[in-house]
Amino acid sequence: MNMFLLAPFMPLQGSEYAKSVDLLYEFIFWLGVVFFIGIVGSMAYFVFKYKRVGEPRNIPQFSHNFALEVTWSVIPLIIVIVIFFWGFDSYMSNRIAPNDSLEIKVYAKKWQWEFEYPDGTRTLGEFHVPKDKPVKLIMSSDDVIHSFFLPTMRQKMDVLPGRYTTLWFQPTVEGKHQVFCTEYCGDGHSEMMAELTVDSQDKYKEWIENGGLDKDTPLDQLGARLYKSRNCNTCHSIDGTRIQGPTFKGIWGRTERITGGTTVVVDENYVRESVMDPNAKVVEGYERGVMPTYKGLLKDREVNAIIEYMKTLK
Amino acid sequence: MSTAIHGTSHGHSQDHHGHHDHPEYLQHHFSDAEQQVEASKLGMWLFLVTEVLLFGGLFVAFAAMRSLHYESFHEGHEHLSKTLGIINTVVLILSSFTMALGVHASQTNQKKKLINYLVVTLLCALTFLVIKYFEYSEKFHHGLLPGRYFTAHHENPHVSIFFGLYFLMTGLHGIHIIAGMSAIGWVLWRAIKGHFNSEYYTPVENVGLYWHLVDLVWIYLFPLLYLLP
Amino acid sequence: MSTKYVDSVSSVESTAHSENYINAKKGLMSWIVTLDHKRIGVMYLGSILFAFMLGGLMALLVRLELIAPGRTIMGPKTYNQVFTLHGAIMVFLFIIPSIPAALGNFMLPILLGAKDVAFPRLNLASYYIYVVGAIFCVASLLMGAADTGWTFYTPYSTTTGTSVVSMTLGAFILGFSSIFTGLNFIATIHKLRAPGMTWGKMPLFCWGMYATSVIQVIATPVLGITLLLLIMEKVLGVGIFDAKLGGDPVLYQHFFWFYSHPAVYIMILPGMAIISEIIPVFSHKTIFGYRAIALSSVAIAIIGFLVWGHHMFTSGQSELAGMIFSFLTFLVAIPSGIKVFNWVATMYKGSISLNTPMLYALAFLFLFTIGGLTGLFLGTLSVDVHLHDTYFVVAHFHYVMMGGTVIAFFGGLHYWWPKITGRMYSESLAKIACALTFIGFNVTFLTQFVLGSRGMPRRYYNYVDQFQPLHAFSTVGSWILGLGFLLMAFYLLASLKTGKKASDNPWGGVTFEWQTPSPPPEHNFNYVPVATHGPYEYKS
Ligand code: HEA
Ligand code: HEA
Ligand code: HEC
Ligand code: CUA
Ligand SMILES: [Cu+2]
Repeated sequence: MNMFLLAPFMPLQGSEYAKSVDLLYEFIFWLGVVFFIGIVGSMAYFVFKYKRVGEPRNIPQFSHNFALEVTWSVIPLIIVIVIFFWGFDSYMSNRIAPNDSLEIKVYAKKWQWEFEYPDGTRTLGEFHVPKDKPVKLIMSSDDVIHSFFLPTMRQKMDVLPGRYTTLWFQPTVEGKHQVFCTEYCGDGHSEMMAELTVDSQDKYKEWIENGGLDKDTPLDQLGARLYKSRNCNTCHSIDGTRIQGPTFKGIWGRTERITGGTTVVVDENYVRESVMDPNAKVVEGYERGVMPTYKGLLKDREVNAIIEYMKTLK
Repeated sequence: MSTAIHGTSHGHSQDHHGHHDHPEYLQHHFSDAEQQVEASKLGMWLFLVTEVLLFGGLFVAFAAMRSLHYESFHEGHEHLSKTLGIINTVVLILSSFTMALGVHASQTNQKKKLINYLVVTLLCALTFLVIKYFEYSEKFHHGLLPGRYFTAHHENPHVSIFFGLYFLMTGLHGIHIIAGMSAIGWVLWRAIKGHFNSEYYTPVENVGLYWHLVDLVWIYLFPLLYLLP
Repeated sequence: MSTKYVDSVSSVESTAHSENYINAKKGLMSWIVTLDHKRIGVMYLGSILFAFMLGGLMALLVRLELIAPGRTIMGPKTYNQVFTLHGAIMVFLFIIPSIPAALGNFMLPILLGAKDVAFPRLNLASYYIYVVGAIFCVASLLMGAADTGWTFYTPYSTTTGTSVVSMTLGAFILGFSSIFTGLNFIATIHKLRAPGMTWGKMPLFCWGMYATSVIQVIATPVLGITLLLLIMEKVLGVGIFDAKLGGDPVLYQHFFWFYSHPAVYIMILPGMAIISEIIPVFSHKTIFGYRAIALSSVAIAIIGFLVWGHHMFTSGQSELAGMIFSFLTFLVAIPSGIKVFNWVATMYKGSISLNTPMLYALAFLFLFTIGGLTGLFLGTLSVDVHLHDTYFVVAHFHYVMMGGTVIAFFGGLHYWWPKITGRMYSESLAKIACALTFIGFNVTFLTQFVLGSRGMPRRYYNYVDQFQPLHAFSTVGSWILGLGFLLMAFYLLASLKTGKKASDNPWGGVTFEWQTPSPPPEHNFNYVPVATHGPYEYKS
């Protein structure tokens, strides 16, 4: 027997917790149906049975019945106390994330979701997690309040500026799951979505090894992604304008003057060095120590990807 | 049937100016003076409740911010002059006292006294505002201003919030003082015209109540802003 | 019984030529400066119906945009402004003043047997304050309407470029109007009841108004200070609500809901008050459980102050707070249940006539029960985490506000229309309009429960394709609803010209208003009314 007669009302049950929430939803629903039928049913019956014909005559004028009134106050009271405890219990059961959770940082800003994994992998607008492993999201916002909503996990939490909030879930169903922003945040509110992919353990491993991309993504595309997701774009333009660092436009093969008088031609080794040890050679006219090191944060494949990407920026 | 409709000699719809036996101040929809007095007193008390809640909201905001930024609030409160605050407190308490005496004078048909007390109350209120003006201009001079207009030197990051709330609370209170002064002025004018006597003094009493509330709010504001360590 | 029973036909002539509040004084000026609570009530009635039309048009635009995903008739910015205006107009300009300030102003003194409210000048002042506030709200339309939602959450509201200040200033001003009306009513009920009218003989409408007024007086100042802080925050950058400046955005939410939850009871209690009048009259039966209904209004008013945090279960407030707010939310549902049961019991063994006002009362029972019971889902912690800020919430509050209060308001309007205007409307057209509204309403909003449960977030201009069929269905419902109201506007306006003259007591009611001519004379009664029996003592 299917316990969930209301399945069409609800999204996919992506976790055990989702099932427990649905059960409670279902309980309140049928309870409501009983009360509704009781109330509207007797109302309809009375209208039908006691319909006025002619002048009202011989209408019994009674005004109260103590026993009845106590009954219909106490029974609902008992019922709501049951619902309250049930709801409270299931809420509390899902507040504290287990210690072995995969911790992912979530940054919200108008109007995108960014995810950061413990190994530094960053993704924008989508993230992957392994099946059956608890996942804890540690969330904060750059600007206004947003809210992270995972309907299939029946989970939701506001994301606030200047503060961390958390949410956790343990997915049991592989595949894609929708994420919405459910706190109104302006023009892009309804586009502020993200996609969660629940992978098998192996597939997840492969994904994270590949810097948060499928392994057959072309390198230059991966590079373009990293350029944004690793924030190179905050200091390096691709249209020739000077921001904090030199532009990437036409960088490949360029001859750079280095502070101290030498020059260097931009090639694989120089880029790798610039990324891992930015202060080794500082481009003339720029400040030392501005660019952070990406040592340990970018995998080999990712540096290669950035190089391939640079080659495309003529 | 719920009601009985009694024919009485007051045919109101034909003759609604005909309240021969009614005193002049009695409005047509009240049946007697007592009812009118009670209604306006109740109305006044309800109004005072709304005032308390209005300021209550500000007090809550103050408490919440103070507990978040204790250091900044401490620094902010050091900038306030306790002396001026104390003088103003005394001035206001005095004005409340003279107001009470005024109400008593109106209840006992002492027109001259009533006028004098109201004038003294007004002068106290004015003194309060003048002192407040000097306090404000000093703050303006040093850039101790709300929020983004705050330019003064500061050690803690959120002193500007303290001054935001300081100006909001004392400003709103100041507006109440001015409103109170207009009300007292109005009562004074009516007193001079001889509208009040031991039968009819509700306006004096109500304005008195209002004035005590304005005073009371200050009694809370003063320690909160100036004294609390 | 001590007086004659005035039946529906006998007194048509008696009112035909007599002087009443409408023709007692003439000219525009006599309305503008009137102190008569009835005229002020009528001016309010006109204003709020205009506001309802405006808010309703916005609603139709919202629904039209949502008929398909992506851009249909407007861009996201405009959409956000339109739903904000819809919500703000419906709440601040329409529903809060609707029953108390319009129908209440007109009927309350008459039901009490008084000649006017306690402070007629204050009453007129609160009308003009309403007008000024309304102008600020609607003027914000011209200055780049606010796009914050009716809740004005910080820090979004303090950073957006739209005219939030004008809108919130308007709401701030409207608050005073609401406070003054409440204050006036409390004083009137306490001090101006007719001789013989003890608290226990007061019509339940007055009890409902009393409870409402208490909330208005206590909660609204807090809204005032909240909006003032918000305005200061925006103008001066004080930083109380802005995390970047060291403030706490959640503090704003506490402030806002401390008013706005009690405000939902400002909206529903008057609706319940009207239902408590209509059902006994059209069942020709004493109300069942008078005391329980009267006291449950007061209970709702009190407990209603302690549940605001149920709007913030996902805001990051503590588990303890969530638990307390959830529990109290459930408690506050009980008195509403008591009322519903009592109304149904009143009909038992009555003599039920299905005139238009009664149809509205039945529709109310149907719709409010759904709205209230779905409130239970939202009060349940874990279920609300899923449903919060989805269309389930939208559906819930339209069922209680539109299906509850607005339906009760129109029920009351039809019930008292003959008294207010002295004319009868077309009963058959009225029944058709009522049916259209009922059907249209359910088509529009029942679907939204499913949308919300399936995860459709609210305040979304665009949505994922899977939601399209339900959204389209809902939009069609809104047109049926609009048609119903259009018809209503037509026959009500027509009745003013061509409606047949109303008798003093067309429905056979026994409260005071039915014992004075339709429309009532300037001072409400030609005699001094005295209450000798309870308000619902019908002859058997
Ligand atoms: C007229 C207005 C009105 C009324 C009367 C109510 C009544 C109730 N509301 Fe509603 N509510 C709103 C207007 C209203 N609400 C609005 C406007 C919002 C959203 C604001 C926004 O975010 O924009 C909202 C949102 C809202 C939320 C927050 C949802 C969210 O954002 O996540 C919650 C949560 O607890 C809630 C609960 C309730 C409850 C429990 C009641 C109860 O009082 C209902 C009681 C009635 C019944 C229960 C039915 C009758 C009783 C019986 C038939 C007896 C049997 C009953 C039992 C077994 C108990 N409401
Ligand atoms: C009293 C309150 C009230 C009322 C009555 C309504 C009525 C309606 N509402 Fe509204 N609504 C709100 C209060 C209300 N709403 C609030 C507070 C919000 C939240 C806003 C926010 O998120 O900030 C909201 C949000 C809201 C949304 C969600 C928007 C979103 O989240 O993106 C939707 C969508 O369907 C909607 C639709 C409707 C519809 C179709 C009606 C219909 O019932 C309207 C029917 C009315 C008409 C069609 C008018 C026709 C009138 C005439 C023709 C003249 C009549 C004249 C005489 C009788 C003389 N409303
Ligand atoms: C906080 C600012 C900042 C960020 C973020 C940043 N850079 Fe830089 N980068 C600089 C500055 C400043 C210089 C010039 C000074 C220097 O060479 O150290 C520079 C220089 C470089 C150079 C040498 C450029 C040239 O024209 O010779 C390369 C290559 C480079 N960065 C790659 C990257 C990559 C790849 C990333 C992201 C993964 C990145 N940078 C992120 C600031 C930044
Ligand atoms: Cu982000 Cu809505
Ligand atoms: Cu609420």
